[in-house]
Amino acid sequence: MNLYQSLRFLILNNMSLTTEIKTDVVILFAGDSGDGIQLTGSQFTTTAALYGNDISTFPNFPAEIRAPQGTIAGVSGFQLHFGSIEIFTAGDACDVLVVMNAAALKANMKQLKAGGIIIANTDGFDPKNLKLAKYPDGINPLKDGSLEKFKVYEIDITKITRTALADSGLGTKEMDRSKNMFVLGYIYWMYNRSLDKSIEFLKEQFKKRPELIDANIKVLKAGFNYGDTVEAPMHRFEVKPAPVSKGTYRSIMGNQALALGLIAAAEKSGLPLFYGTYPITPASDILHELSKHKNFGVKTFQAEDEIAAITSAIGASFGGSLGITASSGPGIALKGEAIGLALMLELPLVIVNVQRGGPSTGLPTKTEQADLLQALYGRNGESPVPVIAAYNPSDCFYGAFEACRLALEFMTPVFLLTDGYIANGAEPWKFPSAADLPELKVSFAKNNLKEGEAFLPYKRNEKLARPWAIPGTKGLEHRIGGIEKENETGNISYDPDNHELMVKLRQEKVDNIANYIPLQVIDNGKEKGKLLVLGWGSTYGSIKTAIKEAIEEGYDVSHAHVKYLNPFPKNLGDILKSFDKVLIPEINNGQLIKVIRDKFFVDAKGLNKIQGMPFTSQELKNKIVEMLK
Amino acid sequence: METAEIKLTPKDFVTDQEVRWCPGCGDYSILKQVQTVMPELGIPREQIVFVSGIGCSSRFPYYMETFGMHSIHGRATAIASGLKATRPDLSVWIVTGDGDALSIGGNHLIHLLRRNFNVNVLMFNNEIYGLTKGQYSPTSPVGKVAKSTPVGSVDHPFNPLALCLGADSTFVARSMDRDPIHLREILKRANGHKGTSMLEIYQNCNVFNDGAFEVFTEKGTKKLNTLMVENGKPLVFGENADKGIKLDGFKPTVVNLSDVSANDLWIHDEKDQVKANILVRFFDIPSNEHALPRPFGVFYQEERFCYEDELNAQITEAIESKGKGNLDDLIKGKNTWTI
Repeated sequence: MNLYQSLRFLILNNMSLTTEIKTDVVILFAGDSGDGIQLTGSQFTTTAALYGNDISTFPNFPAEIRAPQGTIAGVSGFQLHFGSIEIFTAGDACDVLVVMNAAALKANMKQLKAGGIIIANTDGFDPKNLKLAKYPDGINPLKDGSLEKFKVYEIDITKITRTALADSGLGTKEMDRSKNMFVLGYIYWMYNRSLDKSIEFLKEQFKKRPELIDANIKVLKAGFNYGDTVEAPMHRFEVKPAPVSKGTYRSIMGNQALALGLIAAAEKSGLPLFYGTYPITPASDILHELSKHKNFGVKTFQAEDEIAAITSAIGASFGGSLGITASSGPGIALKGEAIGLALMLELPLVIVNVQRGGPSTGLPTKTEQADLLQALYGRNGESPVPVIAAYNPSDCFYGAFEACRLALEFMTPVFLLTDGYIANGAEPWKFPSAADLPELKVSFAKNNLKEGEAFLPYKRNEKLARPWAIPGTKGLEHRIGGIEKENETGNISYDPDNHELMVKLRQEKVDNIANYIPLQVIDNGKEKGKLLVLGWGSTYGSIKTAIKEAIEEGYDVSHAHVKYLNPFPKNLGDILKSFDKVLIPEINNGQLIKVIRDKFFVDAKGLNKIQGMPFTSQELKNKIVEMLK
Repeated sequence: METAEIKLTPKDFVTDQEVRWCPGCGDYSILKQVQTVMPELGIPREQIVFVSGIGCSSRFPYYMETFGMHSIHGRATAIASGLKATRPDLSVWIVTGDGDALSIGGNHLIHLLRRNFNVNVLMFNNEIYGLTKGQYSPTSPVGKVAKSTPVGSVDHPFNPLALCLGADSTFVARSMDRDPIHLREILKRANGHKGTSMLEIYQNCNVFNDGAFEVFTEKGTKKLNTLMVENGKPLVFGENADKGIKLDGFKPTVVNLSDVSANDLWIHDEKDQVKANILVRFFDIPSNEHALPRPFGVFYQEERFCYEDELNAQITEAIESKGKGNLDDLIKGKNTWTI
C-alpha cells in the first residue's frame, strides 16, 4: 500500500461501513443454469474492464442446458478475477462466492478462500432446495455454524426482487428472472461501480419489451441500494485500475476473437470466407459469431454432419475460397479422413479444434488439452499437418490469422488448437488496427503455358507449395484426388519410388515451415538456468502467474510457451538444452512431453491435471518449488 | 471476353489418361455419352467441374478434360455443396455409385437434395461393389449371392429414386448405359434443370454382376419390361406398344390397349409429385407375376429455390443494409475504453 492508499484505508475504516483496498479479487457467481449467472458475470466483466481493471474470466456451466433445478448437476458458475495488477488467470480460489441456492454453495464451497465472503440467497435454502442439494434432513449450512470461517451475508433476494416489482404487472416467474440483476447491483455496490453500462445493456437487450427494461433496472438499483441502506455491517472494497499499457481496449472472448481473426484473414487475403461446421460444444460460438457478419461476405454452412462440414470447406477451397472448419475432439475424429484428403489435395484449409474433455463424448463443457496427439498424428498414412495453439482469449485472434496465413502460403490444411477455457474465457484486449495486420498475399495460378505445354498442378514453388489453379481458369483444367499422385503432373501413380518421393515431399513442405515462423522466445525469466517450464495453449495464464511469483521469490525458473507445435520453432531444442531441468505442465495425461522427448531427447518431467479444470497457479508453483529443491 | 466462340467437340473432353475400367464395363458408354453431350451444353470447359467419391464410377473425373476432383468415399456430394455454395457460376457434376451415394454417402445425398444446390448427380447403379471386388451393395436384391454373402444377402434393398423423392428431390430421372440416345437426352435434361438433378443410371458390371439389368436393356425383353416415360404422353409399353398403365385410384394397373383407349391411360406429368411417387415405386422384380414395367425417363421435376442463391442473396442483402464490412469496426466492437 502506498501512502495515499493507507490514508484512504484509515479514513474509510472509520466510517460506519468498511472499505478495504484490494489489489485483486476473485468473484464466483453460482446458481441454477437458468438463473442468469453467465449474464451477471459478463456484465460485471464489462463494467470492471471499462473501469480499467485487468480481468480474466472463466464460465463453468453444466452440460445440460436446463439441468434439474436446484441440483448440483444444474449449477452454473462464472468466475471472474479482476485487479489493479496484471491478471493472467481467472484465479485459483475465490474471495467472494455468490450462491443463488444450496446446491450452488455445496458445489463451490471448496473454491472459497478462508475468510471469504458468501452472499447467499436465503430463498434458495428452503427445505426443498436443501433436499435437492442433498443436505441431510434438518441441516441448513447457513444455520448450523459450518460456515463460521467465512463472512456470510444472507439476503432473501427472491423476496426483495418480488417486492421491488410488486406493481410492475409482471408474473412471479418473470419477476424471478430479474434476481440476477439484484446480485449484479449488489456487487456493483460492493466494488463501488457505476450501473451505467449495464443499464445501457438492458435497454438494448430488451428493446422489444420495454416493461422488462424497467423491471430489470429497478431490481439492479434495488441491489445497489440494498448495500447502501442495509443496517448490518457490510464490506465495501476498492480495486483500482490496473497499470496496463496505454492504448484502447475491448473485452474479448476466445471464440469471438477466433471468429474475428478468421474474418481478418479473409479480408487481408481478399478471399471469401467459407465456414463449414456442425454444432458442437464448445466450438459453436464461432459459428454464431461468424454468421452475424454476412456483410463481410462470410458464408457459414451448418452442414449435416462433421464430415460434410469439412468436405464442404474443402470444396470451397478448391473453388478459391478460404475454407475453414471447426469442431471439438469428437467432431475432429470424424473429420480425420477428410483432413488426409486436404493434405493430399494440398489445398488451404484451417481446422479449428476447441478442445474439451475426452475421450468419446467425455466432458463436453469442461476443458482439456488432450487432442494434441490427435492433431499431430490422428490420421491414416504419413500425414503431416502444421499445428498451432492459441494461449489466451485474445491470442485466438492471432492464432486464427496465423493459421490462415500458413494454410494459404503453403497450400496445406492447418490445425488451430484452442480449448474450452480460453474459448469461453474473456479478457481485455488491446486490439490491433486493420492496418497493423500483414497482407496475406494470394495469387491463383494463371495460364502462362506455352503452346503444347501441359499444366503441372503439383509443380512446387520455393516454399514447396503447389499452384492454386481454380475452376474457371481457362487452360488449367486438371484433376486432383486422394489417390497417390505422380510428382508434378498429379496423375494417379502407384509407382513405389514416386510414392516415397511424394511422402517425403509432403513432409518436407511442412518441416520447411519452420523457416517461416518466429523463433521461440522466453516469456519470463533467464535464457539459461535451472528450470524451464514449457507450456502450450491455455495453461499460459496459470504458468505466467506461478513463474512471476517464483521469480520474485528468488527461484531460478523460466517460462517458454510454445505456439507452433508442428513444426517447432528452429531454436526450441537449443532452449530446452539451456536448462538443467524441464517441466511440461499439461491438462492431459502427458502429450507434448512425448513429442518433446521424442524430438529432442530431453528428460522433461510432466505435471498433469485431468479434471476438466485449468491448473491453479499454486499447483504449478508447488511443483516448481519441488523441482528446485 | 473472346469474340469468336470456339466450338468444342467430344474429343475436347477426352484426357490423356488411359481409361482403366474393365473391358466391357457399362461405364465406358456413360463416359462416351457424357463426352458427347458436353459440347452441346455450351459451357466452357474451364467452367465445368466433375467431383466424385470412391468406387469404379468415381474414376470418372480423371477421364474428363475439365476441372475435377476424385475425393473420398461418399463425400462428393458434400464437397460439391461447398463448391457450389461459393462458386455458383460453375457447372458442377457429381459422379457416384450405388455404394458411394446410398451407403457410405447416404446422409450427404439426402441433404444435398433437400438443399437443392444447382448440381447434377450421375449415380451409376450396378447393384454391386465392383472396386472392392464383388460384395453386395445397398441396391442388391435380397438373396444376392456375393463374396460377402455366400448364402445370399438378407438386406432389403433401397429403391434409390423413391428415397430421393422422399428427400424432396426436385429432379428425378432414370436411364441406362445401354441406351445411348436416351441417356444423352436425359443428361441434357439434367443439365437444363435448375436445382439438384438426380439421375440414376443402370450400369452393367460385367465382372461381378453381369446381366443385373439385362431384362431392361436387351432387345428380347426390353420392350416388355421397360416403360419409357415422356411428359404429356400416356404410359405405353410392350412388344408392340400394346400395353399401358392405368391408374385405378392410386393403384397402377397394366391394361391391354385393345381393351382400353389411350385417353384413359395415365398421362405422364413431370410436375405431379403424387404420381411421381407412384411411378418411382414401379420397382417389381420383373419375373414376378403382374410385375409392373420398370420406368425410365424424367419422373419428376419442380422449380424450387437453390441453396446457393438464397445464401448469396442474404449476403447481398446484408451488404445493402449494413454496408460492406469494415474490419476496423469489427475488431473494435461496440465497447472500448482507453487507458
